[in-house]
Amino acid sequence: MKILVCITKTPETTAKIAFKDGDTAYDENGVQFIMNPYDEWYALVRACELKEAHGGTVTVINVGPATNDVIIRKALAIGADDAIRVDTEASSALYVAKQIAAQAAGYDLVLLGKESIDYNGSEVGGMVAELLGQPYISYATTLDVNGTTATVTRDIEGGTETAEIDFPLVVSAAKGMAEQRIPNMRGIMMAKRKPLNIVAADGSDVLVAVSKYTLPTGKTSVKMIDPDNMDELVRLLREEAKVI
Amino acid sequence: MVLVYAESQDGKLKKSTAEAVTYGKKTAEVLGMDCAALVLGSVSDAGDLGKYGASAVHQITSDGLAHFDSQTYTQAIAKAAEQLGAKVVILSHSTTGKSLLGRLAVRLNAGSVSGVNSIPTNDGGTFKVNKNVFSGKALAEYAISSDIKVMTLSGNSLKPEESGAAISVSTMEVDPGTSRVRVTDVTLQKGDVAPLPEAELVVSAGRGMKGPENWTIIEELADSLGATTACSRPVADIGWRPHHEHVGQTGVAIKPNLYIAAGISGAIQHLAGVNSSKCIVVINKDPEAPFFKAADYGVCADLFEVVPKLTAAIRKAKA
Ligand SMILES: Cc1cc2nc3c(=O)[nH]c(=O)nc-3n(C[C@H](O)[C@H](O)[C@H](O)COP(=O)(O)OP(=O)(O)OC[C@H]3O[C@@H](n4cnc5c(N)ncnc54)[C@H](O)[C@@H]3O)c2cc1C
Ligand SMILES: Nc1ncnc2c1ncn2[C@@H]1O[C@H](COP(=O)(O)O)[C@@H](O)[C@H]1O
Repeated sequence: MKILVCITKTPETTAKIAFKDGDTAYDENGVQFIMNPYDEWYALVRACELKEAHGGTVTVINVGPATNDVIIRKALAIGADDAIRVDTEASSALYVAKQIAAQAAGYDLVLLGKESIDYNGSEVGGMVAELLGQPYISYATTLDVNGTTATVTRDIEGGTETAEIDFPLVVSAAKGMAEQRIPNMRGIMMAKRKPLNIVAADGSDVLVAVSKYTLPTGKTSVKMIDPDNMDELVRLLREEAKVI
Repeated sequence: MVLVYAESQDGKLKKSTAEAVTYGKKTAEVLGMDCAALVLGSVSDAGDLGKYGASAVHQITSDGLAHFDSQTYTQAIAKAAEQLGAKVVILSHSTTGKSLLGRLAVRLNAGSVSGVNSIPTNDGGTFKVNKNVFSGKALAEYAISSDIKVMTLSGNSLKPEESGAAISVSTMEVDPGTSRVRVTDVTLQKGDVAPLPEAELVVSAGRGMKGPENWTIIEELADSLGATTACSRPVADIGWRPHHEHVGQTGVAIKPNLYIAAGISGAIQHLAGVNSSKCIVVINKDPEAPFFKAADYGVCADLFEVVPKLTAAIRKAKA
């Protein structure tokens, strides 16, 4: 079984959000980047577990510049066998998906995170699946393999659904699919010798672009309520906030 | 034309479709177009979409659409959009809508934005729309330059408005193809409160609860309001509460009208999933808890005393 895991980088979860160039671009100055948690904790770890149980290979792919090699090496340290980096700026979801689809021939399974926690798009997975003409299961919380068939459970509104699909297919991973793995010393040493293939990007496609960022105006200061007067809180929720 | 895909469940429209069609109607007005709605499978109340501004409701009933598969549903919606000449396709920002968005963007060669939360503008012919980014820590305005556009509408972004009357439904013949997904089991949680992503009232609790056995007071508070329960991540991680209740940056992102948080410190990753809530009430015994800075109303006290008092006050006010 050949698995391709798509990994992206996101600002560290406590990173300060600021903008530059007249609020048209995210200011990366001083920001620490991490591997998107859904990609790392769930998609990548589950791919490694499936390889350990059934054999095969795990390849990670990232669309981005050379500064992303840090997170790619981390993915190799966690257990991927090799890596592909498509050397370009990830300018839009569709552009990224086209780069991934162009490299995805021959894989049984493409695994992604359910969304990137910066732009919260949840778009790339469906795009890759459509470009490849393959089934797509999103928000999967479990993924098991039996021969050439995958069994996947996904969250649906108000419950869960389990389905079987034959390879090849695309799956996006949500919380529950695996447990976070901390790379060990041996993994980190081995990662240095694993192949990281840099390939050139193909085409260009920018149908959407951010024209302006704004920071939300903060809450006006909190109104503290006397703990012995919950009737007052209920009154405020009814008459002032009008939410109940 | 603006085409809204109106989701249904068990043969009935979902609540979110009233928002989606209202939004479709307003988008159509901006562009000087009509708004049409599309339902897939048999939906008994499809004609009601006319009330929210759809000037036509189309329905595709095909055995191939019996269960949700992003591939067959994309095929059906894309073919309908092509036949009808749709310029904008609107979906709900639900698990269904999100798994269709990317596929439809590719199929229709359309620019896509997920989770939009404002009516688009079209000044000087440039189509622009807003969405939250960085888990609600910032707002981004997107310009879509393609001829056809696809968007998912974030829940609770606007109030449904009744502007018309129910209309008749016309059937379209479209072959969605054969699904390669074999659904073997569907498990729905019982209970009649709204699932977390759609809930308007949410009561949430964290590590301050000390243990899972103490959750009765949270459930009673939720029950007094008809609210859905949620929790912080560590509480789901240690198994005090089910995973699907976990809200925050790595859990469900919600924006209910009311979010009550008891015994939650308000870490930035937690806030990222809840700070779009209209009104936040924080109950915490630590006056320095960061959550108070993001709250509208705060109660600084022991939750084990305050929560039952609040429940009693709500029941009294409702009686
Ligand atoms: C990459 C990453 C992603 C994360 N994603 C998420 C996420 O999606 N969602 C999430 O929630 N967290 C997330 N976290 C974890 C987050 O950083 C916090 O650790 C977590 O939210 C804390 O949970 P808590 O508030 O329940 O517990 P604590 O921080 O332990 O807070 C408990 C609070 O209860 C109060 N308390 C205690 N006893 C009482 C009492 N008797 N009465 C009243 N108040 C009381 C305390 O004063 C305290 O403020 C993430 C962390 C990382 C690193
Ligand atoms: N630049 C990228 N390179 C590789 N994979 C990506 C990239 N951007 C997004 N992905 C994958 O697509 C998933 C969904 O991303 P998004 O559609 O941006 O929310 C992520 O969790 C990644 O698995």
